[in-house]
Amino acid sequence: MSVHTTTVRPVGSALQFSPVESLFTVFEWFLTNVYGAGMDLLADLSGVQMLGYPYMQRAYLAAVCIAVIGPLVGTFLVHRELSMLSDTLAHTAFAGVAVGLFLNATFSLSVSPLATAFIVAVGTALLVELLVDYAGAYSDTSLAIVLTGGFAVGSVLITATDGGIAVGINAYLFGSLATVSKTNVGLLVFMSLFIGSLVALAYRPLLYVTVDATAAKAARLNVRLYKRLMVVLTALVVVSAMQIMGVILVAAMLVVPVAAAALVARSFKQSILLAILAAEFAAIVGVTISYHYGLAAGGSIVLAAIGVYAAVLSVQKLTDGTGLLSRQRSPQRSVDQSTTTVKADGGDEE
Amino acid sequence: MTTSTTQRQSEPVIQIKNASFSYGSAPVLESISLAVEPGEFLGIVGPNGSGKSTLLDLMVGLRQPDSGTVRLFGEPATDFAAGERIGYVPQDATTVAREMPITVREVVRMGRYPRRLVGRFSAADRQAVDDALEQVGIADLAARRVGRLSGGQRQRVFIARALAAEADLLALDEPTVGVDAESREAFYELLADLNRSGLTIILIDHDIGVVTTYATEIACLNRRLYFDGDPNEFVATDALAEAYGTDQHVLHHNH
Repeated sequence: MSVHTTTVRPVGSALQFSPVESLFTVFEWFLTNVYGAGMDLLADLSGVQMLGYPYMQRAYLAAVCIAVIGPLVGTFLVHRELSMLSDTLAHTAFAGVAVGLFLNATFSLSVSPLATAFIVAVGTALLVELLVDYAGAYSDTSLAIVLTGGFAVGSVLITATDGGIAVGINAYLFGSLATVSKTNVGLLVFMSLFIGSLVALAYRPLLYVTVDATAAKAARLNVRLYKRLMVVLTALVVVSAMQIMGVILVAAMLVVPVAAAALVARSFKQSILLAILAAEFAAIVGVTISYHYGLAAGGSIVLAAIGVYAAVLSVQKLTDGTGLLSRQRSPQRSVDQSTTTVKADGGDEE
Repeated sequence: MTTSTTQRQSEPVIQIKNASFSYGSAPVLESISLAVEPGEFLGIVGPNGSGKSTLLDLMVGLRQPDSGTVRLFGEPATDFAAGERIGYVPQDATTVAREMPITVREVVRMGRYPRRLVGRFSAADRQAVDDALEQVGIADLAARRVGRLSGGQRQRVFIARALAAEADLLALDEPTVGVDAESREAFYELLADLNRSGLTIILIDHDIGVVTTYATEIACLNRRLYFDGDPNEFVATDALAEAYGTDQHVLHHNH
């Protein structure tokens, strides 16, 4: 079964367009002829029909991307004890969407609500970081004020705009698979590459600042810059993932898989990798269930992720409790024991 | 270690002249003048809230004095850029990374970050990390999660980070809080060893007996400097009682 015909505009003609357009053309070609064809083949081989539907192919690709960037940035955020920040930025991103819709309705513009969401979320991220510079620390209270404040602005703007725009708001609040267009997936893939490269480039300073910001400052790292980078990355992830996950649930992708990975990972790199694996599992299971039973995709993905967390936690508690596997699985038991134990579980670094 | 090459200059590692600092209207430090010479092991003692940590922050350039000057390796401390020369172990180092999945080696590698923020580690980088792990005796723990070590072992991880940086100055803020007595002694022996090999050390500790035993210089602080000099002399004077405002007896450990 082949949903796509293979003759699309040749890639070479992309050169005649503007850089963005030609980039998108390349992506479209990739989406149809490489990724799409691969998925079609997979659908044929496995007999799972939905893998052959273009919109499901897009949904899977989007979910897979989100499951990479969410935990990638979330690992730094969670271990800086800033989980709440992702939720805060998501809710202010909603205000950003509302600003876009409001501007369009009032001034007959055609601004993408996603673009205004990016601007508002990144702006809020920097503002929060600036406030922290003066106040010295994040506080639950201030984040709660920004979170609810952002959401309040969003809801007021939506009702201030003539009736029509409330339509489509649900998709932003709860996320939707059906609304994922080629452009959306293209943007998400691009953002994933962008976020991934930024984290790869700034991995060391980000890690140092996450672990020990004072020592990082004494080592003359530009701590302020990297803290800002971290919140901006969070804003980018949250807005990129918002369309599928929904404003209310998107933070889960930065937090839940990370929490699961932190239970078992030994090194920081390993915890990023495990968190991404957990998120991929949750994303694919969630999207599949959501399609089969016609349920909300965001909610299904989050529940699957929490399922992974609960499973890891209970396996860990169980093995710790019985003591059968605890020596192998959790090194904390053997810290002060013989060196043979140390070597038994301590040889796989690098 | 490169300490000997960098300390050929006779200039002090740290030179504080008439420095004062206050949080808002509350003065924390008043006209402090103090020099730390290369190879010195300076112990800073004083009651709680006496400004010890603030003084250390001034010394390593984390804060700027309201008045007066602080020079670090001959440069204004806050402008000093060679981060790898400063090994700083913050007060909360024992709680840092307790919940975080991070290995001993990952933390020690951070010592090389000021020299190599991006790009692959060179053979020299990896060697420095291995040597540092070896030097503080935690090479066998390299792949372990830091949060699952004992307090004493965890302290050594942060010392190793400074050694991996090949730092010339090691600054520690109450490093042995929550560490049992036995490990604490071993830890101070390690510091004394490192000092003998040429590393300049500044240490804040609440245990005056320990500090006077291991340090080569004592600074006794309570907003202003009550004493600056030889530990034996310090024990003989009543600077301590003056600074603390009560009768304090120094238990001088014999080693």
